[in-house]
Amino acid sequence: MLNTFRLKGSFKGGVHPSEFKELSKDIPFERLPYPKTVYIPLSQHAGKEAKPVITKGSVVKKGELLAESEGFISAPVHSPVTGTVTKISKTAHLSGTPKTVIEISVGESTDTSFMPPLNPQRATKEELLTRIKEAGIVGMGGAAFPMFVKLSPPPGKKIEKLIINAAECEPYLTRDYRLMLEYTDQLIGGIEILMKVTGVECVIGIEDNKPEAVKAIAAKLGSRSDISIKVLPVKYPQGAEKMLIYAVTGKKVPPGKLPVDVGVVMQNVGTAISVYKAVVEGQPQIECWVSVTGGGISSPRNLIVPIGTPVADILAYCGGLKPDAVKVVAGGPMMGNNLYDYTAPVMKATSGLLALTGSETTVDGTIACLRCGKCVEVCPVNLMPTRISQFSKLQRFEDAESAGILVCMECGCCAYECPANIPLVQWIRLGKKEVIRLKQQERKTA
Amino acid sequence: METVETVAANPVTFLTSTPHVHTKLSAQKAMWLVVASLLPPLVMGVVYFGLFQLVVVAAALAGAVITEATIKYFRKQKITVLDGSAVITGLLLGLILPPNFNPVFAFIGSVVAIGFGKEVFGGLGYNIFNPALVGRAFLQAAYPVAMTTWHKPAMAVDAVTSATPLSQFKFEAVASKGGIDLSSLFFGNVGGSIGETSAIAIIVGLVFLVAVKVLNWRVPLAMIAGMLVFSGIFWLVDPTKFAPPLHHLFMGGFMFGAVYMASDWVTSPVTNKGIWIYGFAISLIVVMIRLFGGLPEGVMYAILIMNGFVPLINRYTKPVIFGAEK
Repeated sequence: MLNTFRLKGSFKGGVHPSEFKELSKDIPFERLPYPKTVYIPLSQHAGKEAKPVITKGSVVKKGELLAESEGFISAPVHSPVTGTVTKISKTAHLSGTPKTVIEISVGESTDTSFMPPLNPQRATKEELLTRIKEAGIVGMGGAAFPMFVKLSPPPGKKIEKLIINAAECEPYLTRDYRLMLEYTDQLIGGIEILMKVTGVECVIGIEDNKPEAVKAIAAKLGSRSDISIKVLPVKYPQGAEKMLIYAVTGKKVPPGKLPVDVGVVMQNVGTAISVYKAVVEGQPQIECWVSVTGGGISSPRNLIVPIGTPVADILAYCGGLKPDAVKVVAGGPMMGNNLYDYTAPVMKATSGLLALTGSETTVDGTIACLRCGKCVEVCPVNLMPTRISQFSKLQRFEDAESAGILVCMECGCCAYECPANIPLVQWIRLGKKEVIRLKQQERKTA
Repeated sequence: METVETVAANPVTFLTSTPHVHTKLSAQKAMWLVVASLLPPLVMGVVYFGLFQLVVVAAALAGAVITEATIKYFRKQKITVLDGSAVITGLLLGLILPPNFNPVFAFIGSVVAIGFGKEVFGGLGYNIFNPALVGRAFLQAAYPVAMTTWHKPAMAVDAVTSATPLSQFKFEAVASKGGIDLSSLFFGNVGGSIGETSAIAIIVGLVFLVAVKVLNWRVPLAMIAGMLVFSGIFWLVDPTKFAPPLHHLFMGGFMFGAVYMASDWVTSPVTNKGIWIYGFAISLIVVMIRLFGGLPEGVMYAILIMNGFVPLINRYTKPVIFGAEK
C-alpha cells in the first residue's frame, strides 16, 4: 500500500507558479563585505528569545556567544563579527514587528573565537548533539525551529528516518540549489553527522528542476545505500514539511501532530551544512546564504551574509533596486514577508531577498468569491480556503476552527490561484491569530 | 551605484500579505475568455438560422448589460459591466432562445435574468441560480408559444422542419421509424435554439475553455458520462421507444448546458467530488424529463434544480483534511 503512494511521489493539489530561477541559478556564492554595523536579533528562531550575556561596550569576537538560550525551545546567538557592542535596543525586524537587537559596530580586527573543532567520526552522539545546541543551529528552511529540539524526540517517540529538504519549491530562490552544487561535501558531511545523532538513514528530496544538483550529490554518494536521493516532480509546495514527508515515506502527518509522530526528522540543506561547519570548523550559526533576486534588483546574486546585516546593505551591494521595483520580500514570493523598512537585519533562516516589479506582483482588485472551487482544488492539506476565510471575515472563529483553520500552513496556493484576487491567506492568518487567542483565553478562565 | 543610505531611505512600499505572485488568470480575463468561447455556437447559429439571430442575441446582450448598469447605478455601486459577466449572461440567454425570437422578448428575458437571477441576490458571486436560465425559465412561462416555435435551419434540405429532434422522439415516435441522422445533430443542421444545435461548435468552445483552465472539465464530463449511462439504460430496455444515448447527448440543449450553463463557477459546487454528483444528477433529471415528463426538453430545469442543491452538495462533500483520514 505504501509503495503505491510512493510511486505517486506527490500530494494532491498544489500550484505551478513561474519559477524565475534562471535569474540567479548560475551565479556562484560570493561573500558580502562586512557592513559597518550589524544588528543581531535575539529572536531569530521559533520559541523564546535568547538572553543577552554581554552588555553595552563589550568587545566581542566573531563566533563569541552574545545571548544564551532561554528555555527548552530557544537557541543561543553568536556574533558574526569582531567589534564593540554599541547598543541593545528594539529595532526593525524582518517579521514586521520591531524586536530587540544587539547592535555591534564592526571593528578592524579579524580575530575569531570559534568552538574547538570536533572529529565527527570520533565524537560521541551526545557531544555532537551538544555542539548543535551550543552552535545555536536553527532550521534554515523558513520556520527557524531550533534543531536541537527536533533531534531530541519526546519519550515514546522514535526517529526512523532523516529527510533532507532540498526541494526549494519557492519560485525565484536558488540558495539551496547553489549550496548543493558548491557545498556538496559539507552537505554530505553534515548529513552524516545528523545520521550519527539520530541513528537512522537519510533521504534527500529534490525537485526535478535541479538535475545538476541531483547529479552533483549522486556523484559524491557513489554506491552508498544509507543516503539516497528522491527526485520529486516540480510542484509548489513540494518542500512543505508534510508534503515532502508524504512524498518520501507515504505517511501523512495528522493535523496538529509533528513529523516525529510519523518517525521523521526533516532538515534543510543549509541547516545540514551549518551542522558540518559547527562540528568540523567549530563555527556557530553566524552566517546565512541568501539569494538576492527578482526582476526589480539591479544585479541578482547569491551571497554569504553575516547574520545581522541590514537588508539595505545587501540590496546596495546588488546595485540597488531598479526604478520599476515595487515590492521587497524577505524569503520566497509565496510565503516571504513584505518589507517596508530596509534597516531590518537578515537572520539565520533568511533564504532570499526579492525585489519584485509591478508586472511580477500586482493583481487586479478584489471582487466577491465566484465559488469557482480553484482554492479547494489546489489546497495541499484539503481545506476549503474560501469557506475558512469567509468565517474569519464574519468573525465566526469557532466555525473557522472546526473547518480546520489551524491546519493551514499558509502556503498561499489558494490566494495564488484565486481569480477573484481575494487575499485568502490574509483572512486565514487573521482568523488563526484570533482562534489561538480565544483558546488561550478559554484556558485561562477554565 | 546606490549607497546603503539611499537604498534604506527609499523603500518601495507596495505592501500586501502573502503570496506575492499570482496566477495571470483573473476573473475578468476568465469572463472574456468565456465570451470568446461562445463565438463558435453563435457563428453556427447565424449560419443555420440566418443573420436575424444576431439581432436576437444583441437584444438579449443589451438587456443584460443595461439592466446591470442601471441597477448598479441606482444602488450607487461601481458599474461592473466591463467585468464581462453581464455580457456572458446576455449572450448565453440569446443563444438558448429559438431562432427568430422576438428581440423585445429577448430583451425582457435578460432584464429578468440580471435583475432577478443575479442582482437581487447581491450581484456577481452571490446568485444561487444560473441567471441566463432564470431568464429563460421566465420567458418559457411568459411566452410559451414563442418559446416553442422552431424555425427550420435555412440550409436544411431534407432535415426536420418546425420540430426539434427531441419533440420528434417524444411526440412523433421517430425511434421506431428509423430515428434521426446523428451527423446532422452533431453539426447542428436541425431545429433548436440558436446556439445549441451544433455540437461541434460547442465542443470547440469546450476544448478552448479547458485549455485556458477556465472550465472545470469534470462538469461536462460528469454530465456526458451520466447522460450516456442513464439514457443508455433506457435505450437498451426499448430501442424502438427511446432515443440512443449519442442522440441524447447531441440533441437539444444538453451539450450547451454541460459546457456553458452547468459549469458556471458561481452556481456549481466548489468541491470536485461535489461536481461529479452535481453533473450526474443533472443528467439523471434531464433523462427523466425527456423520457417521462410533459416537456420534450429538461436541461434548463435540471440545471436550475441542481443549482439549488449546490450548498447542500458543498456541505456534504467537504474534503477530508490531509492526515485526518481514518
